[in-house]
Amino acid sequence: MKRTRSFSWIVMAVCAIYFLTPLICTFEFSLRLKRGVYSFAAYENVLGDSHFQASFLYSTVLSVATIVFGTLLVVPTAYWVQLRLPRFRPVVEFLTLMPLVIPAIILVFGYVRIYNSSSIVPMTSASWSTDVLLGCSYITLALPYMYRAIDTGLQSIDVKTLTEAAESLGAKWPSILFGVILPNLRVAIISSAFLTFATVIGEFTIASLLDRPAFGPYLQLVGANRAYEPSALAVITFLITWGCMGVIQLLGRGRRGISASAY
Amino acid sequence: MTQVFQETASPNPALAPTRAPSWAWLGVAPFMVFALLFLILPTLHLVVGAFQDADGNFTLHNIANLFQPQIVASFWVTIQISMISAVGGAVIGFLLAYAGVMGGLPRWVRPVLMTFSGVAPNFAGIPLAFAFLATLGRTGLITALLFNVFGFKLYDHGFNITTFWGLILAYLYFQIPLMVLILVPALDGLKREWREASDILGGGAWHFWRYVAIPILWPSLVGTTLLLFANAFGAVATAYGLTGSGINLVTIMLFAQIRGDVLHDQNLGYAISLGMVVITVLSNLIYIVLRARTRRAFR
Amino acid sequence: MAFLELENLQKTFGANNVVQGFDLSVAQGEFVSFLGPSGCGKTTTLRMVAGFEHPDAGCIRIGGKDVTGLRANQRHIGMVFQSYALFPNMTVAENVAYGLKIARRPAAEIRQRVEEMLALIKLPAMAQRYPHQLSGGQQQRVALARALSVNPQVLLLDEPLSALDAKIRISLREEIRAVQRKLGITTIYVTHDQEEALSISDRIVVMNEGRIDQVGTPFEIYNRPRTRFVASFVGTLNILQGQVLDAAGGRILIDGQEVQVTRGQSDLASGKIQAFALRPEAVTLGDGGVGRNRLRGSIDQVSFLGSVVRIRVKLKDNAILLDTFNNPGVAPPEFGREVDVNFGTEDLLVLDGAGRD
Repeated sequence: MKRTRSFSWIVMAVCAIYFLTPLICTFEFSLRLKRGVYSFAAYENVLGDSHFQASFLYSTVLSVATIVFGTLLVVPTAYWVQLRLPRFRPVVEFLTLMPLVIPAIILVFGYVRIYNSSSIVPMTSASWSTDVLLGCSYITLALPYMYRAIDTGLQSIDVKTLTEAAESLGAKWPSILFGVILPNLRVAIISSAFLTFATVIGEFTIASLLDRPAFGPYLQLVGANRAYEPSALAVITFLITWGCMGVIQLLGRGRRGISASAY
Repeated sequence: MTQVFQETASPNPALAPTRAPSWAWLGVAPFMVFALLFLILPTLHLVVGAFQDADGNFTLHNIANLFQPQIVASFWVTIQISMISAVGGAVIGFLLAYAGVMGGLPRWVRPVLMTFSGVAPNFAGIPLAFAFLATLGRTGLITALLFNVFGFKLYDHGFNITTFWGLILAYLYFQIPLMVLILVPALDGLKREWREASDILGGGAWHFWRYVAIPILWPSLVGTTLLLFANAFGAVATAYGLTGSGINLVTIMLFAQIRGDVLHDQNLGYAISLGMVVITVLSNLIYIVLRARTRRAFR
Repeated sequence: MAFLELENLQKTFGANNVVQGFDLSVAQGEFVSFLGPSGCGKTTTLRMVAGFEHPDAGCIRIGGKDVTGLRANQRHIGMVFQSYALFPNMTVAENVAYGLKIARRPAAEIRQRVEEMLALIKLPAMAQRYPHQLSGGQQQRVALARALSVNPQVLLLDEPLSALDAKIRISLREEIRAVQRKLGITTIYVTHDQEEALSISDRIVVMNEGRIDQVGTPFEIYNRPRTRFVASFVGTLNILQGQVLDAAGGRILIDGQEVQVTRGQSDLASGKIQAFALRPEAVTLGDGGVGRNRLRGSIDQVSFLGSVVRIRVKLKDNAILLDTFNNPGVAPPEFGREVDVNFGTEDLLVLDGAGRD
């Protein structure tokens, strides 16, 4: 056992070095804007940059829209499959796994070809409709995780019994959905919301190819033109991602408490 | 607002269970329409387009064109980078998962490992590229450190973070955690009693791994490696951020093609997409088959 | 001559003293059970013998040789686990052959030995099946064959039947004992089921909170329990509180009625209130006549258990459970009836450690 333990520590140490070094280096690099002195000047530049604020706002708004409409799409679907259409489950699950198999670049290639200005649904002809297209592609990207989280959440709260109880009290299905099911799915929805936010904020490929002023393309632009600001942006992005994941972990731990109080 | 006494006259699917089958599919209609518009049609368009010429007639010409040297080279380099980062990520990820689960380390190590492995894959993309540039780029901290402390000029020795091996090094940053995430539950499935039974029958660590653990785990190991392969194959942002168009990856090539028809042949672009889809779908299929094998055999 | 000697074994996990001062000598070919509730240290002791846990103090000797420092794979011991622990990727034959394969025995010898073992456990047709295709009972038999295939000097079984159905448990424990007898292998068997231990062991070690409470044959453990714990853990037991009127004469007052103790009088202390044990099967309804103890009370519970009718007779503060065989011709007595119960004077046992003012 002792031999195993020293070997394990070595593996851990080497991996820790590999994973932590880039983080440390990025942070250190971001402090080097002012020659010879460590300062947060790069961060000030970044946070004060109007392009930063605009693109960050854009991505944030888009991610909120993705979360809202994605949830509105997924929750009734998962609910329906669970309750009334168990035979559709394999189909739905296959579809929700497709975004994991088909790379994003393939999908956006398809979008650009099908929904360009000369097609029946010219989504790319105007900027607002391209925004919608971008939002829909983000919903597609988030689908695997969103569906899995909500489906698991539904399975753990015994949807059938809750629905029957609500029906026996005279409720129609919209009020069942919004009044009974959704509140119990709070944790699943919030978890997938944070995951979606982290994904959308950093997304580059689709936003760049659809030529939208999102945060991802902004990052790439800064990287091409500036020296120290990219590192500051990377640190900011890391913190946001860690923050989102941290919230999800906390929610996961407190889940039992939430569902207990829901009853 | 809910009513206390519900009218049953309305054709509400929720209250007419005998009629549910014919109306219930409406409930998933929005999802199906969405999937059709944003998943199925785009993919189909590309797949069908790969077999068409500019006028829409059926042809295998595009597939044949895939075998021109530049495109073959592109696929080959992408396969190499994906394979190496997948195998590297699998091996290191396996050792890391082993250390965390069965390595005899303090109990706090495992949750830390799992949390980090859950977060790290989300770094992939432009921020990860920036991080590696800051570390091992020409003006990176480690590059400077190696020179200042050891007098070792990294870049004079042929290393460059923006090339083949640099990209692989960066890819490992999300490949390893992915392997850990999938493998830790698999290692959990290795019951302690199996190791003890093997021990008491006279076996050492080697016997256990050779005859029991690896045979049980290999579908997971191979399957996950393929998953990592497909993952790397489809990656764009990290490569773009780190190497620009420096490495002729399939995804970079497609990126340029979508931006502005650099191939001067739309259908060839479709054929390349088809090639990519075939590779990623095949990898994932084998992964699923292997996973099903494991589940069936070892209940 | 003791074959397996456990001397003063101790094991502590953190703040828990899981095994304290464990001493035992097991003869060659003997079948000894460790019996006790969860957490009493029986499994930990077994695992120390196997080599999976290292004792903090004490030593283990097999055939005169000190094995305490040896690793599990060096001790040449066989073990059967509660969860069977068959290797799922190997057939039954491969599982049984595993130990021999590690020992690099020639293929012909392995084949023959596997056949022998499968015949011993009466599953020769299952050689090419996989564990998940077998029932729980069959898997455990294969696990036994696997443990025995390498001819171990000691066989350890850790609650091997706990995961099985009641009927299988009974038939399988007999099979295990038969195999053990046939091979004459020294065996330690851990269980929390007292009926199991009683029915197949040569000797039983009753453990409680890390210590041995009593070691003896099933007969001794059941009929002459030395502590209150042993008495109550093994079989059903009536525990009565009585005041000692006269220690020398063995006269006891139970709920105002006088009875006599003719065994263990040395443990009596005049004037004190002590606890006494009485087995249900020693008690009969009715006046037993001269020379037998008699107590009067009223029936406050009748349980029809099939072949046995269990009756509880309430005195004042004490109650006595007694078992009578089901008689199809006689209905069980009614609730509330005043009855006499009688039992022999030697049946009333003194339990130590209960004296209080």
